[in-house]
Amino acid sequence: MTNDVILQVQDLQTHFFTRTGVVKAVDGINFELKRGETLGIVGESGSGKSMTAWSILGMVPHPGRIVGGAINYLGENLLEKSRGEMRDIRGSGICMVMQDPLTSLNPVFTVGDQLVETLRLEYDEPKRSLRQRAVDLLANVRIPAAEERLANFPHQMSGGMRQRVVGAISIARAPNLLIADEPTTSLDATIQLQYLRLLKDIQAETGAAIIFITHDFGIVARMCDRVAVMYAGRIVEQSDVEDMFDSPAHPYTEALLQSVPDLDTDVDTLPSIEGQPPSLDALPEGCSFAPRCPHAWERCLEYPDEFTVAPGHTSRCWRSE
Amino acid sequence: MWQFIAIRVMQGIFTLLVISLLVFLATRLTGDPALVLLPPEASSKTDYERVRKQLGLDKSLSEQYFIFLRGAVQGDFGLSIRDRRPTRDLLLERLPATLKLAAAGMALAIIIGVPLGILSAVKRDSVFDKTGKLFAVLGMAAPQFWVAIMLILLFGAILKVLPTYGLEGPENYILPSFVLAWSIMAGIMRLGRSSMLEVLDSDYVRFARIKGLQDGLVVWKHALRNALIPIMTFSGISLAGLLNGAIVVEQVFAVPGLGRLMLDGVLQRNFPVVQAAVMASAFFYILTALVVDILYVYADPRIRH
Repeated sequence: MTNDVILQVQDLQTHFFTRTGVVKAVDGINFELKRGETLGIVGESGSGKSMTAWSILGMVPHPGRIVGGAINYLGENLLEKSRGEMRDIRGSGICMVMQDPLTSLNPVFTVGDQLVETLRLEYDEPKRSLRQRAVDLLANVRIPAAEERLANFPHQMSGGMRQRVVGAISIARAPNLLIADEPTTSLDATIQLQYLRLLKDIQAETGAAIIFITHDFGIVARMCDRVAVMYAGRIVEQSDVEDMFDSPAHPYTEALLQSVPDLDTDVDTLPSIEGQPPSLDALPEGCSFAPRCPHAWERCLEYPDEFTVAPGHTSRCWRSE
Repeated sequence: MWQFIAIRVMQGIFTLLVISLLVFLATRLTGDPALVLLPPEASSKTDYERVRKQLGLDKSLSEQYFIFLRGAVQGDFGLSIRDRRPTRDLLLERLPATLKLAAAGMALAIIIGVPLGILSAVKRDSVFDKTGKLFAVLGMAAPQFWVAIMLILLFGAILKVLPTYGLEGPENYILPSFVLAWSIMAGIMRLGRSSMLEVLDSDYVRFARIKGLQDGLVVWKHALRNALIPIMTFSGISLAGLLNGAIVVEQVFAVPGLGRLMLDGVLQRNFPVVQAAVMASAFFYILTALVVDILYVYADPRIRH
């Protein structure tokens, strides 16, 4: 059982040390990921979901720093790794697809060049066989005429095509864990679906675990096994997807689920969450969601512990006590 | 591609035409060369008329311009007013010194400026970066002639290690080319730093790191290739500007080049010489711009297709 766990994040804290004070972008989060599993991390912008991803990759931007916790990847704490060791893990063990496919590829090098240089890190082979691997990879992500495409520059391809190339590069070294940071927000709806299917296919083939970062519960329902809802740097609720949809325990999750529109909802009555997400350098005392929460009471002046509402289902809300 | 080059060449020719008209008119505004040539006390009206006729200045302006243009197209800029030598010979005599200095200055600016700019960006906010910033500000704020005089003072008068005039040996190039390079070096450094910082913060550089590429490859391949594009444009414009900067530097370091030829020509109202020197200068300016444009197409595939 424990051998199946690829990633274990324990009490991870990533803080930013700015002139105006310390911003706790990630403030003590815990989650686990098994081989082949897909975890959705859901939250509004600024909730810390992207920073969680950068922390796992060891690429927290300046002036941020991981100040506490552990990230155990295959049983080893990544926070104790050197720069060089982290570089070896990136790409081959953990890889990430960023938000915008149009800007993830270097405009002045050909697609083939960018694929081959990635493959060269993994395989000590002559150029010709690396090129063949590149062709196979492109064909694998359903790019037609893959051979000719190698000579293309990114700007000669469509957005959907480029997203596929980025996908091909990210699986080139067969990573155990793939992080997808809102990879579909900049794509057309039809291409979005295609791409999600592609990710699923990749997962089925490689058995990689996926962390899917999104703000879209619709995608979560389609893609994920488990969900973690983040708010102001903390995971406020975590459970299986079905559990979360059937019986959300945290008022924030409830609100998020209610704001997913369906055909029966009128635009006029479309529910939205009152107020703004809190600024991370001026968090309210106690529960950070309390100011926007319809159920807030005196108890919420103290930050809630993590309560287990059902097996594998936790919530940080006093109502779940 | 060929169409692009053809268009740029046509534009260049048109620009040269406009410049020829401007320099022709501008020289005529500086005064009458006949008055400079004739001794003021001994000259009669007939002498004056004779000299003007000899110089071709008695003809109408449009006729003079036409003669100048017809000659210029064939590379003939007439005789120097002062010593009656063909202006073309004077030009060919002086041009190599200026071109060599400009090339040396540019090479120096790029060889020093680009790596310093990139290191400043990579080691952002370090002591190195801050020192670099100080030098760059100095480079852009200190006027060329002042830098030149200070260097002559230091290396020529105090340390006595470098020659400060003429262009006899390779060591003669050091000071003038450094002065020429000075402000461009500072510009390249600052531009290199800012464009590198921008590129280092781009998604494709981040993605290159995510896929596990070595830091060296990320910086010197992925980032540098993109950061070089604006540096190339700037260097091209600066190189052309170097030919003009030559006027000051050649004067200070007593280098017999195009800049001094131009300056002397203006002072002596030597119309053909000024015209020829300005046209040569403009020609090289346009040629450099064209070469940079062509290189640009090779550097940035987005333009190529």
